[in-house]
Amino acid sequence: MKKSQRHNVLPGFGLTLGYTIFYLCLIVLIPLSALVFKTATMSWGDFVAAVTAPRVMASYRVTFGAALLAAAINAVFGVLVAWVLVRYRFPGKRLVDALVDLPFALPTAVAGITLASVYAPNGWIGKLLEPHGIKVAYTPLGILVAMVFIGLPFVVRTVQPVLEEMEAELEEAAACLGANRLQTFVRVLFPVMLPSILTGFALSFARAVGEYGSIIFIAGNMPMVSEITPLLIITKLEQYDYAGATAIASVMLLASFIMLFAVNLLQKWSRRFAG
Amino acid sequence: MNVAGVLTTKKELSSRNELTEPLLVRWLLIAAALVFLGLFLLVPLAAVFSQALEKGFEAYLAALKEPDALAAIRLTLITAAISVPLNLIFGVVSAWSIAKFDFPGRSFLITLIDLPFSVSPVISGLIYVLLFGLQGWLGPWLQAHDIKIIFAVPGIILATIFVTFPFVARELIPLMESQGKDEEEAARVLGASGLQTFWRVTLPNIRWGILYGVILCNARAMGEFGAVSVVSGHVRGSTNTIPLHVEILYNEYNYVAAFAVASLLGMLAIVTLVAKSFVEWRIRTVKGEE
Repeated sequence: MKKSQRHNVLPGFGLTLGYTIFYLCLIVLIPLSALVFKTATMSWGDFVAAVTAPRVMASYRVTFGAALLAAAINAVFGVLVAWVLVRYRFPGKRLVDALVDLPFALPTAVAGITLASVYAPNGWIGKLLEPHGIKVAYTPLGILVAMVFIGLPFVVRTVQPVLEEMEAELEEAAACLGANRLQTFVRVLFPVMLPSILTGFALSFARAVGEYGSIIFIAGNMPMVSEITPLLIITKLEQYDYAGATAIASVMLLASFIMLFAVNLLQKWSRRFAG
Repeated sequence: MNVAGVLTTKKELSSRNELTEPLLVRWLLIAAALVFLGLFLLVPLAAVFSQALEKGFEAYLAALKEPDALAAIRLTLITAAISVPLNLIFGVVSAWSIAKFDFPGRSFLITLIDLPFSVSPVISGLIYVLLFGLQGWLGPWLQAHDIKIIFAVPGIILATIFVTFPFVARELIPLMESQGKDEEEAARVLGASGLQTFWRVTLPNIRWGILYGVILCNARAMGEFGAVSVVSGHVRGSTNTIPLHVEILYNEYNYVAAFAVASLLGMLAIVTLVAKSFVEWRIRTVKGEE
């Protein structure tokens, strides 16, 4: 009774839901299904051959390996940055807080060329690393740097609200019971932060795996060594190997769906934690 | 321990600074965070402008006034001017249906709306090539009717709409959910029409949320590279957006021009961050007043 009454009061449900589904199908679902159907036209043997060729396998290793490492670096420094921004006061804090979102705001192509120039042997940072024999630009290390850059905001922005809402009583109780700061952090604060850290880690990883623009300029793009999977898709496309490009893309798409599912589970878990 | 005992303990604790770290540790943590952010964010941002002005202001301006650069700027503005309003309308409409009504499959629909964010930009371009390209589903029909979508402006706009699809919707859905529908119901009971209710009650409540979504949506629309790169065909002066033009100049070793054009996008990023912080501050104060 109550429900049907509410439906009568606010208008436009059918119209707005209809438009939402129509636009969603037109822009997202139909084009994505084109990828699935194109893959389905391949024979199983062709598909497996296309997605497990040595060059493709090497690109998975580079892409997923670097993304995992970048997400781990971002998890550590993301917690540090979130902690510093929530707990401490220092001049320019508001500015730093705003700057954290730069990787979302700076177009990836710009990030790519500027990272490549900064880490090139004659660049601002590359110049300092060169004498120590560390080459970043045009090596797999460059891929890592670009992935850390684009994934940087995720952990900060997932952990920050959790730290802000954390109740002081927890820490006070721990201190009263004789825990020192490190013990309090490891045993009390960290477990509360963990779901959000993992969510940020997964988001950062997913973003890094799919990233293209900021990586290709700094990567050097050597097949088998520093070639990422998204670039390989474009290379296949430019060679008019549509089937090969589509097959690899469907593997990537499957990977991103699995990660999306993982993130959803993590968020449910952290909500239960909070509630 | 009685209540008074706990209170004094608490006081002692905070006076002995046991609820925060020693000063030295605090400084070290702040320094470590700032060095990390400086290396990864500030240095690259500064490098964009420094490289752009390396050969002086004259060379900088000359790179921006070049006809191909102007054509790229024009195409980027057109792309954003079409894709942002379309996704804005979608965002408001979908948020109305999802936040104000309850129906089965609601959370699944939200997941579907967020889908473009988890798809690689390269795949976002590829799917339109598979649909509209010469070897694609609609390719032969489009060619017979002399309509070009891939390697032309419509493809660029479609790919941009795809990658910016969720921005406004994902801002508005949680916002409108948290606001509930009491105010709208009151307006309806008092005799307002559906549209009056939307314009006079809902819209003023969500205007900062809309602005926030539009700012982020616009930044991505103007800056998208991967998806647009797949469908563009890279024809100088006609199907190059600003990011694609930057790539061409960079690959021609024309670094000053590449960074000059890139600095436009760098400025867009700074404006985006400032506007975003301002809107966040407004949303906080509006919340504080309530």
